[in-house]
Formats: sequence, C-alpha cells, structure tokens
Amino acid sequence: MSTQNSTPEIGPDVNGFFGRFGGRFVAETLMPLILDLQAEYAKAKNDPSFYAELEALSKDYVGRQSPLYYAERLTEHLGGAKIYLKREDLMHTGAHKINNCLGQILLAKRMGKKRIIAETGAGMHGVATATVAARFGLECVVYMGTTDIDRQQPNVQRMKLLGAKVIPVVSGTGTLKDAMNEALRDWVTNVDSTFYIIGTVAGPHPYPEMVRDFQSVIGREVREQITEKEGRLPDSLVACIGGGSNAMGLFHPFIKDSSVRIIGVEAAGYGIDTGKHAASLKGGTPGVLHGNRTYLLQSEDGQIQDAHSISAGLDYPGIGPEHAWLHDIGRGEYVSITDDEALDAFKLTCRLEGIIPALESSHAIAYAIKLAPTLPKDHLMVINLSGRGDKDMATVTAHLADELAD
Amino acid sequence: MSANQTRIERRFADLKAANRAGLVTFISAGDPDYENSLNTLLALPEAGADVIELGMPFTDPMADGPSIQKSSLRALTAGHNMHKTLAMVRALRERDNDTPVVLMGYYNPIYCMGVETFLKQASEAGVDGLIVVDLPPEHDDELCLPAREYNINFIRLATPTTDAKRLPLVLQNTSGFLYYVSSTGVTGAAAPTPEKVEAEVNAIRGHTDIPIGVGFGIRTPEQAERIGQFADAVVVGSALTDCIEKAATPAEGTQAVADLTRSLAEAVRKARQ
Repeated sequence: MSTQNSTPEIGPDVNGFFGRFGGRFVAETLMPLILDLQAEYAKAKNDPSFYAELEALSKDYVGRQSPLYYAERLTEHLGGAKIYLKREDLMHTGAHKINNCLGQILLAKRMGKKRIIAETGAGMHGVATATVAARFGLECVVYMGTTDIDRQQPNVQRMKLLGAKVIPVVSGTGTLKDAMNEALRDWVTNVDSTFYIIGTVAGPHPYPEMVRDFQSVIGREVREQITEKEGRLPDSLVACIGGGSNAMGLFHPFIKDSSVRIIGVEAAGYGIDTGKHAASLKGGTPGVLHGNRTYLLQSEDGQIQDAHSISAGLDYPGIGPEHAWLHDIGRGEYVSITDDEALDAFKLTCRLEGIIPALESSHAIAYAIKLAPTLPKDHLMVINLSGRGDKDMATVTAHLADELAD
Repeated sequence: MSANQTRIERRFADLKAANRAGLVTFISAGDPDYENSLNTLLALPEAGADVIELGMPFTDPMADGPSIQKSSLRALTAGHNMHKTLAMVRALRERDNDTPVVLMGYYNPIYCMGVETFLKQASEAGVDGLIVVDLPPEHDDELCLPAREYNINFIRLATPTTDAKRLPLVLQNTSGFLYYVSSTGVTGAAAPTPEKVEAEVNAIRGHTDIPIGVGFGIRTPEQAERIGQFADAVVVGSALTDCIEKAATPAEGTQAVADLTRSLAEAVRKARQ
C-alpha cells in the first residue's frame, strides 16, 4: 500500500482555486450568498450531528453502502485485469447523484431555505433533487433544456411525480449548460429564499469542493471494500466525466496513493476530430464559465461551443476544476470514448453481466474494454457504474433499432 | 491627477457642475450586425447619451434577461467578435472624443483574448471603462488591477445583497462610477420602487464620494426622471435592445433607439429642475 507522495496539496485554496482552476467568477449579487454557503458548509463539516444525519439517511434512505461487485464474466471475456463494478446504479433514484443532493439539502435546511432549484441534463440530478426536496417538504424547481426533455422523458415524468416543477429551457442548445444559465438567473433573482443544488463538481467555490466531499463516500467505500476482498488497494480506477462528480467521488480518496491509476473518460461523441464531442480536456482550452475557470469547449473568441454526446449526462462543454488540475499536474489520465464505443459497451454489459448501465457509465466501461486486455490478471480495476440505464431506453432503442427488431 | 482623468471622470465632473443626472445607454455591440450597430452607436451622443455602455456579446450571459440574451445572440449570429467591438469604438472616436465608452460583458472573451492584449487594444481604441459582471472584488488581480495601468476605470456593481460589511470591499478598487443594481435578478427585470432605491443609494453615499449610476429595470422617461432626482446617472439597457428587436428594419431600430434615448435624455435633464 502506498502512502503520501509528492502530489501537491489538495485544494481548494482560500479563494477556491485548484492550481489555476476554480475560483468564484459570479455576479456581485451572488457573492454574499456564496460566502454564506461557504461559512455554513465549514460549520457543518465540524458538526458531528450533521454527519450523523447524513450517514443515517445514506444508509436507510439511499441504501448505502453500494456493493463492490466482481464482474466475473466481463473479466473473463476481456482476459486481463480483474474488474470490479462499484454499483452506484443500485442506490435510491438509480445513480450516484443522490449522495450530493442529500448533503446539500441538509445544508439548505440548516440555512433555513424554503425553495430548492437545480439544473439537470440527463435528469438524474433533477430526479435526485426532486426526491430529497419531497423528503424534506421543500418547494423544488428544476431547469432542463428542451433537447434533454425530449430524450429523457421518463425522468421528466419522475420529477413531476415527486412534486417538482420542471421548467423547459429553450435558450442556446437546450442542454445542460443552458439549464445552468437559467438556474443561475433564478438564483440571482430569488436570493433570499432559494438554495441552488448544483449537481456536479463545478460552479463557483465552494461547490466543487462540497460536491466532491459528498460524493467521496464512493471512493471511501471502495477503499474499504477492496481491502476487505483483495487485501490491497486497486491498481486503477475508471469513471466517466461530464462535469465529473461520480469520477471525483471515486478518485478523491485515492489521489495521494501514487500506485493507483486514475482514469477519467470523457465523451468523444462522433469523434474529437469531428468537433462534435463533449471532451473538454481533450478538445478544449482554459476559460471561465458558470463561476469557475476550467477547460471549456469554446471558439478562439471565447464563445462557448455546443457539446455533443449520445449521453445527456455528459453533454456539457466544461469539466470540474479539480479534474482540470489533476490533468494539468499529470495525476489523472484523461481519455475519451465515442458514442458508438459507449453503445457497444452498453450492449456487452447487458449481455455478460445482466446489468443495464447508464450511457454515461457505459463510457467508463468502454474504456475498460480497451484497457483491461492489455493488463495482467492480477491488476485490480474498479469501474464506477455511476447509474442505471433504464432512462436511456429511448435513445438506445433508436440506435439499435435493427438488432432489437428480431 | 487631472491630467490622467478619464473621459468618465471628466463627464461626471461636468454633470455635477451642471447639477443634473447623466444618461447611460446600453446596446450590444454588433446588434443586429456590425454596420447597423455602428450607426446606432454613432447616433447615441447626439441623441443625448452622456455615457455609452457597449455590450461585448457572449454566448452565455447568465446575469442577463431575455432581451440582452437575444441581442447578444443576434450579434454573434451575424459574426460579431471582440475585434469588431473594438473597431466600433475606434470608429466612434474618429467623430467623438468626449463621450465616455464603457465595455460591458463577461470575463471569458477577455480572458481568451489575453488580458494584456485586450487592455492594450481597448486603451488604444479609446475605451474608458469596463464592467465585467462575473469578476467580483475577490478576483481583482485578474483584470481590475491590470486595467489601472492602462488608465481604464473598472466599474463595479453594487446590489441589494451588498451589505454594509461587504460594501467597502466593493468600493475599494472601483473607479469612474459605481453601478448600483437596483433589484436582485437579471437585466430587464421588474422596475424597482424609487423610494427603496433612493434610500439604498443614500446609504452608499455614506461610504464614498464616487458617482453612483442606477440601473436594472429602468425603461421609461418617467422612471428615468424619478431616479435622476437622486442618482448621478440613470442606466437604460433592455428597453433600448428591445427597440432593435422589435424594429421592422435595422434602420428603424437605429431610429427607435435614438428616439427613446432623446426622450430619456430630456427626462434626466429636467429631473432636478
């Protein structure tokens, strides 16, 4: 087992920076709110009763801990690394998103906020937010791009059943970035009553840190579970990245363990060279959007470009600032997977393991399919199965129409 | 010091001497296209604008309401970019060397151009001030402090959420004027109650001698006249970009902007009479 190495101090610093990334690039109206939130989160972190409530609900309401499952048939099929799947898909609401929402709504409650807003892409964060808002009896408004509403109908219905108001966002491309713009406009208008639950490790400080901390339960459990099963730490961790919350949750407890390879998988869409992708690190440049400096898909003139991915949850032109930092210092390996490769991984996981993965998570599996055969059989690989694929049936059915016809 | 006075500082000194509020007008550069936007810009000083805010279009203007969002997109769709925005300022300066020009927008297009390159070109073009919505005082080292080296004012927004504890930080490196955002929310939102705004502006005056402009939600000459009774300047934006959106032809848009500017200018001129 490795110990501390020369990895630079893990951020953020007092101004919310991870190296040159992060920060608080927001309108003045929001600054006092963000400073309040930061102060409240700092207090909560030192309050045992906050964590006691979070842990109790994580166990009995969410269903933690999530299993670390040895994917025997996938391992045999690939003939290399021993593959474990971290089963976040089995958690309440069907994805890792609930971990963060539960933490943030407990903060909202501490701050006396009555109204919850959120942005959503695939709808999983929207569903998780609507779920915790229902559980705590708070009003909930979810902003969702019209393109995403079309391709994620079941989640729209789910949010409505849970009592949330889903507001369609037509501006821009009608996807996640536009939903986030609209949520920020709501927040800047309803400053006193409203708590904004951001769904990923992006946005102004303290969100990237806070969301990471709430999602780090994933990595902490993996550490415990793999030590119990294998007597040692894993050799590699693989997770998909849109904004990067499931990946950061898995990676973070291992950043200082230099023996553990950290591999983030971005969405290459039709291929990075086509320009139709969502790979901010592989195909983007540093810029400032949605309150933080990070890698963005943008023109030379600093105009944000549309992302493309078959997976709505990865369809975002930015990435969390801590990932940008891990990329810059070389601690994380960041790769990309196309729509077609993700679909192949989706099919293979269905048939070999009896698990229907989310299209997002299928990107992580697709990279493992490439990498695992090149690795020895004693290599321990953990893939974050961040969500279940039921929500993707319409998209998958459309793409696999011929195969499903028989 | 007076040798280094910016056009903004000179203009506010003149307004104070004349005991009247100034009119600050906002249009998005390049809306609906370069030629017509330039025509609109050139018409503003003659119509009575005391200070011109020129929007630097951005794809994701997250503090702006629908009117300015749409104006940004019209400009970008027509191929507008930062170089063209600066070209408009240069064109204005060939005819008008007195009216202050403030560039307003978001940080990313400036960051991508490079802060030093941007400041050098903006200064040479005749830009006097900057309002960059997503750069709070916590990030003054990014652009606010470098802008000083080019004698460009960095105009900060104070809002109803800026409390007495935070106000000194907001005022610290602000120059030219302070832009008081009269309501929480995005540009073009509901009109503020003048009494409430007046009380808040008076409270800020206890902390600073810098001129205070008031904006967000001011659309009509009547509102401008009321705000002009106590504010040093009245800022109008969405109502002007609406003129461009609603016009049947771009030329009519320019005319409508000039007409509204003229009536707003009359209103602020009689506010304290």
